Amino acid sequence: MTIHIPSALRSYTRQQSEVQVKGSTLGDVLSELDNRYPGFRFRIVTEQDKIRPHIRIFVNDEQAQGLLAPLDEDDRIYIVCALSGG
Amino acid sequence: MAKTTSDTTTTKGPVTLLIGTRKGAFTLRSDASRRTWKLSLPMFLGHIVHHMVLDPRDRRTLLMAVSTGHLGPTIYRSTDAGKTWKESSAPPAFQKMPEGEKGRSVDHVFWLTPCHANEPDAWYAGTSPQGLFRSDNGGVTWTAFSYINEDPQYLEWMGTVQDGTPDGPKLHSIIVDPRDPKHLYFAMSGGGVHETVDGGKTFTPLIKGLDTVEGFDAATVTFHDPHCVRLCPSNPDRLYQQNHCGIYRLDRPSDQWVRIGKNMPKAIGDIGFPITVHPRNADVAWVFPMDGSTVWPRVALGGKPAAYVTRNAGKSWTRQDKGFPRADAWWTVKRQAMSRDGHDPVGLYLGTTSGEIWASRTEGQSWACIARHLPEIYAIETATLGR
Repeated sequence: MTIHIPSALRSYTRQQSEVQVKGSTLGDVLSELDNRYPGFRFRIVTEQDKIRPHIRIFVNDEQAQGLLAPLDEDDRIYIVCALSGG
Repeated sequence: MAKTTSDTTTTKGPVTLLIGTRKGAFTLRSDASRRTWKLSLPMFLGHIVHHMVLDPRDRRTLLMAVSTGHLGPTIYRSTDAGKTWKESSAPPAFQKMPEGEKGRSVDHVFWLTPCHANEPDAWYAGTSPQGLFRSDNGGVTWTAFSYINEDPQYLEWMGTVQDGTPDGPKLHSIIVDPRDPKHLYFAMSGGGVHETVDGGKTFTPLIKGLDTVEGFDAATVTFHDPHCVRLCPSNPDRLYQQNHCGIYRLDRPSDQWVRIGKNMPKAIGDIGFPITVHPRNADVAWVFPMDGSTVWPRVALGGKPAAYVTRNAGKSWTRQDKGFPRADAWWTVKRQAMSRDGHDPVGLYLGTTSGEIWASRTEGQSWACIARHLPEIYAIETATLGR
């Protein structure tokens, strides 16, 4: 599946805006990304496994509420940096 | 190999200011006379830089506590005096709690302190919300230090996010006794000042003599809000503190803080955030008072900035405003944004919320603006970089 990387996180992905990943849940995918790009996951997920307050993750058109969100092979995942002040 | 410099050593030559701002980090480097200054390009532009500190043991390693508006906290480290940076592979993080139990999450790393001179590569970090962490590998990985992060009594003293400062409650002022690596102090806004003499096996509050806001019980640790605590390098038994409720001095082994701010002019009062101490004279300390009236504007009183110095351990204070604007300067100096160098006379440095840096080469007798138009300044540390 394809995961879209926002500009704030592309320093981890060598400036790639899209990355191909595998996994059956959002948690799996983010762990895989962290293996590939160390430090990536902690910037968007807390140590209590919660998505951080100013981060939103969408699976196709729906906002994921947590890391247990199930994924299909052809899903598109969007990590979005929400508004967080000037 | 660069030499380690004792904090009481009289330094000479160029001074480098390590500047953390709401929008990135900068350095400002002087010539040997400290008359001219050169500003760097921004590092990590757009990141919130809470603290940037040089390791005095090698004078090459820098750590930088960073977050952004969107992203979680991390620590960047440089081993070549800031030329290149790498991210910590395990930044400070609280214990993961079992599903269904409420756990805490680090919002940002607020404070960095190198450990004792005899513990190379070891550092402490203080976080928001309040947590104490340690690294033994130069900041590459971090783990909880001591028991306080998960201790029910300490969690009660830390209070909730609602009890803390507007941008989150903080653990700060981590101080290592230069004579004994097992002897530490730290402070929490809120949650008081604490001490260990056994390397963190046990900590005890150190709040006797400190006032609290009217109507609150001073015996309750939670209600204490130390803003900044400094230990005197020339007399490690003496500490100064700028608190939410006044300026204090503590001479160990006593555990009774003395409110030396009562000797400040009544029209000025003794409210503020930063405090800094002379490297070689424990009777000398500087504060930057702020307006703590009504809704706490937290700006220079009357729009007229001034530092105050004591040269007799707090018995009296002298105003130092030469060079500052005479009026209409409504800025604030945050608790980490006042620093000093090791020269003789000592150089003092202030960073303002309006993005200016003011310096004094004369121990505060006169001030000059050495940089302006920076983002809001969060922290300034002085450094003498190794070659």
